[in-house]
Amino acid sequence: MSQATVQTPDKIVFKKQSQAKEVWRRYKKNKGAVIGLVLFSFILILLAGANFIVPYSAATKGVFSQINQPPSSEHLFGTDSYGRDVFARVLYGGRTSLMVALLATASSCLIGSTLGAIAGYFGGRVDGVIMRSLDIFMSIPDILFTMAVVFALGANFQNLLIALTLAYFTNYVRLVRSQVLNLAEQDYVEAAKAGGSGSTRIILTHILPNAMGVIIVNTTLNVAKIILYESTLSFLGLGMPPPAPAWGLMLAEAREFMRAAPHLMFFPAVAIVVSASSINLIGDGLRDALDPKLKS
Amino acid sequence: MKNDLILDIKNLRVIYQTDLETVEAINGIDLKINKGKTLGLVGETGAGKTTTALSIMRLLPEKTGKILSGEIHFDRQELLKLSPLEMRKVRGNRIAMVFQDPMTSLNPVMTVREQIAEAIKLHNANLSNDEVDQRVETALSMVGILPSRKNEYPHQFSGGMKQRVVIAMALVCEPDLLIADEPTTALDVTIQAQVLMMIRELRDRIGTSMLMITHDLGIVAKICDDVAVMYAGQIVESGTVFDLFTGEKRHPYTQGLFDSIPSLNTRSNRLKPIQGLMPDPSNLPKGCCFAPRCQHCMDICINERPKQVIEGTHTLLCHLFADSSAAPAPQEGE
Ligand SMILES: Nc1ncnc2c1ncn2[C@@H]1O[C@H](COP(=O)(O)OP(=O)(O)OP(=O)(O)O)[C@@H](O)[C@H]1O
Ligand code: SF4
Ligand SMILES: [Mg+2]
Repeated sequence: MSQATVQTPDKIVFKKQSQAKEVWRRYKKNKGAVIGLVLFSFILILLAGANFIVPYSAATKGVFSQINQPPSSEHLFGTDSYGRDVFARVLYGGRTSLMVALLATASSCLIGSTLGAIAGYFGGRVDGVIMRSLDIFMSIPDILFTMAVVFALGANFQNLLIALTLAYFTNYVRLVRSQVLNLAEQDYVEAAKAGGSGSTRIILTHILPNAMGVIIVNTTLNVAKIILYESTLSFLGLGMPPPAPAWGLMLAEAREFMRAAPHLMFFPAVAIVVSASSINLIGDGLRDALDPKLKS
Repeated sequence: MKNDLILDIKNLRVIYQTDLETVEAINGIDLKINKGKTLGLVGETGAGKTTTALSIMRLLPEKTGKILSGEIHFDRQELLKLSPLEMRKVRGNRIAMVFQDPMTSLNPVMTVREQIAEAIKLHNANLSNDEVDQRVETALSMVGILPSRKNEYPHQFSGGMKQRVVIAMALVCEPDLLIADEPTTALDVTIQAQVLMMIRELRDRIGTSMLMITHDLGIVAKICDDVAVMYAGQIVESGTVFDLFTGEKRHPYTQGLFDSIPSLNTRSNRLKPIQGLMPDPSNLPKGCCFAPRCQHCMDICINERPKQVIEGTHTLLCHLFADSSAAPAPQEGE
């Protein structure tokens, strides 16, 4: 490792920075991960700059003389059954879909991991209470559960987020709990206790960082799952309310015209697949980059 | 008078309670360590050595381990009466512990520097980052590791080096008492000797007292001042190293330990490991715990627990010495 010799007089101030550099150095070695990152950044830039490419109105206001038209120079991805521009809908729909997926993943990961870490580390009664309450959540099928929430609260962005978080946080509780149960037995945790560290510090500095790889992989898989789940919900009319575009909703609407206008299904599907795979590639790369044992 | 004691354990009893059974791991032991001295705690596997260490640190497994009775005095504090927060301030700062296996006692995702720095900052919140870094480097060079390697991860270090890092972490706050639980068992023989010498040297330099847990009488001879021999949760013999190695009286179990040391000097390379196994700690015999394996076992041994015989610094737990005149000379010493 050249790092040590290059920057001998470094201060702790630089510590976080040099660690990030180190992770980045290892991340760069993974070609797939770099491709994933480039693709995903490209997608994000496109979505963020959508306003400069096509006006929002093109995605919501149809022109009835131009229904289900195949791709052309005027409508890059063709038009849908209301005569709306599919390209614009993919762009603006991506904002909603990715935002929902990323936010729902982040909140379910945060809530689930915290509960899982607490349950696993403290065990006993705390564990009992958390896990028994979880059983209630898990005994109801995800889809039923989400339906109940959306019906009760109404279909909009915020409620969709709540419903998805509630459907997905249980994964994290179980995953992180089992990791923590395992890691809490490690000698270095015992050694940290013998050194005088308290529970919070032990969980944050010794246990969670060692569980990071597993959590990250699960998280990236989750983003993809939630994008697809959102389309299932749209199928059932529980997703984002039309005419606001969302990838899932577009798939749902395209179903009727699968034969006549296959491009309606093709473009949102490609968008989902590309963003989901690029996120998975990033996750794989991050997991490896965070594991110091894999670096060379 | 008692001011020269750093650790004084009185009548400690510890059990492990599981759904299936109650393991009587420690059955009323007394241990004393003088300031600046090293006590060797010797015994077979399962004797209760680690349990003793964890009791001092108050790190017994929460759900199963229980201290039934006893007192642990550490430098005028009664450890068993401290609040969890007070105990945390003692750990790492005043009493430090080195665990058996260096391969697993370092966090794999933190650099060596981060881990030592954490140990420092825990008990010295007011140090600046520069000062912490300075101390990390001092600690590393103290255990013979180039400070330039501080940014490496544990897996880049060999076993012996890892144990050096662990020792550096334990000593970085200059504890009053160092508990070393078989610190060299997981290392290969040449490295064992090096690490052992280093521990001895640092102990002398810092002036820390030490509890050295081992099953190796050779290590005891090399670095300990006093010894306690543990068997089935009891101290069957204790005294100075001199008492044990050259004393006239010797507990039959201690004798067994001596006989099972392979010796390069004797021509007959006949090893005499102690026959039989340690009794099941969830079902201890009612008389002397060593009786089933003892060559000198008498009727009284099976029915009555022996009482401690004290002769100056030397104590023995055996019916043989209850009446001093009845004591047979120990068998061929070394
Ligand atoms: N968590 C536990 N639950 C139940 N029994 C335990 C537990 N830990 C230790 N024991 C039992 O307590 C007794 C003493 O164990 P201890 O670990 O103190 O032995 P030791 O002298 O350190 O042995 P070794 O030399 O193998 O490290 C043993 O019989 C062991 O089986
Ligand atoms: S008390 Fe009896 S059985 Fe126990 S060690 Fe002494 S002689 Fe042996
Ligand atoms: Mg042990």
